[in-house]
Amino acid sequence: MRREAPQRLRDYAPIVWPGAMLVVFFLIPFATMIAVSFFHRDPGAFYTPGFELANYQRFLTAFFGGILGFSLFLAVLVALVAVAIAFPFVWSLVRLPRRAQVGWLIAVLSVLSLSEVIIGFAWSTLFSRTAGLTNLLVLVGVMDHPVALTPGFGAVLAAMVYQALPYTVLVLYPALARLDPALTEAARTMGANPVQAFLTVVVPTCRNTIVATLVIVFVFALGSYLLPQILGRPRQWTLSVIITDQAIYQANMPFAAAMAVLLVVVTLAMVGLAARLGRREGAQ
Amino acid sequence: MIGRLWRLGVGIFLALPLIVVAGVSINEQQSLSFPPRGLSVHWYAQIFTDAGWRAALLNSLWLAAASAALAVSIALPLAWFLWRRVAPWARVVQLLGIAPFILPPVITALGFLSFWSMTGLYGRLWTAAISHGIFFTTLPLVTLTLGFSAIDRSLAEAAATMGADDRQVFRTVVLPLITPYLVSGFAFVFVLSLNEYIVAYMTVGFVMETLPIKIFNALRYGYTPTMASVSVLFVAIAAVVFGLVAWFGNLPRLLGAPGEAEH
Repeated sequence: MRREAPQRLRDYAPIVWPGAMLVVFFLIPFATMIAVSFFHRDPGAFYTPGFELANYQRFLTAFFGGILGFSLFLAVLVALVAVAIAFPFVWSLVRLPRRAQVGWLIAVLSVLSLSEVIIGFAWSTLFSRTAGLTNLLVLVGVMDHPVALTPGFGAVLAAMVYQALPYTVLVLYPALARLDPALTEAARTMGANPVQAFLTVVVPTCRNTIVATLVIVFVFALGSYLLPQILGRPRQWTLSVIITDQAIYQANMPFAAAMAVLLVVVTLAMVGLAARLGRREGAQ
Repeated sequence: MIGRLWRLGVGIFLALPLIVVAGVSINEQQSLSFPPRGLSVHWYAQIFTDAGWRAALLNSLWLAAASAALAVSIALPLAWFLWRRVAPWARVVQLLGIAPFILPPVITALGFLSFWSMTGLYGRLWTAAISHGIFFTTLPLVTLTLGFSAIDRSLAEAAATMGADDRQVFRTVVLPLITPYLVSGFAFVFVLSLNEYIVAYMTVGFVMETLPIKIFNALRYGYTPTMASVSVLFVAIAAVVFGLVAWFGNLPRLLGAPGEAEH
């Protein structure tokens, strides 16, 4: 069936419900949030309508600049580690027989769908003194007594990589599954070992895919709202955590909304970058 | 060889926290210890016998079912329209369907919080179902778009030539072909809604506890092994649902790998 332009009014019928739902319940709430970011905070009653830039000005202080800087740094680090682990993994995964791939994909999807609450709880248990990893090290005689590995930067990083890894795998999977399996054959016949072939042929070929994936995972990691709070110290709180904190516990919706708008701007700039890179890849 | 070792390492990394959680969930006493002391399935029974946990489980289940139904009802006509019609402006609607999933979840959650409190509906239970339905529309939209792209247009063309109108073509040709993608889209939303915390918390967190909200609240006031048993239950539910999707459909194809014929 050819695609045709809609001619009669009736042809538009299918898009009425989706369009109305998305405009009313996504676009309007989004606009509401932007409006609230200009409102005046009223400690007694949440906020009063108005127009002021105070909420944005407050963000320009060194304290919140530091939080933004740390959030970006942490998200970049998580993206780098996740892609470094996931890329070789996916490359070896797409080479497996279909059945084995399905098993791995089910496992990856199951971890991907895990609630951030559960991931935070699981890692705080794994890093705890009484039930944690260090008990195993004591058991095999490497350590004298178990210690707590949380709260701390390492715990936040480990859990955020854990959260981002399944997502990274699923972003890379279609790209690598479509790659010509014979890609490394020439290098192998010339005597390169698998690692050399992987590093000198596969990685350079997928350079743009890797960069685009880094950006996508970076944006994903920016969204982590609980792990820094559960596993880190207050100085490891990221923008997403602070936004939640301001909105719920400090009842300062206008300021939370202003920070959220800033987060959107950063995110959109990054997604735009990823789209550009993706297009260049497609053009090649 | 190196590939196998790498996969093993990733497998251990993914499994390790879950193994420890499964371990503490069978502790006999209410203590956080691993390896577990004593053996008891008491904390699994508690999910169903304790009134608070059972209520949270039921809340999560109806929320997941309602939001999955809503997300599919939005994504299906949209994907059909995009496949059937040439209408560049419809891409804007498509973008609206994808945006909630790309933006950091806090943004969408905050948008809903301001919207529902502005309209005076804040705290009604059904607002959570609408919020989750919109938040997860992306998933069935992606699976269905993939499903439509796999349909051979000449099949629908043949039906149209024989005199079928759009409605008949949709019902007799298109729908049977995209049912696997429809079901998996529903399954994805169901599992992710079950696990979702921030949007649920910002919309109905003060009046209703879903399981993730209950786990988080419990986490703030100390530790109970039921948190661990619920976590294990959730991993099991996800594995079963995605296992079923893989059984009845083509999971690699659904996640973007080329079909076997293309290779």
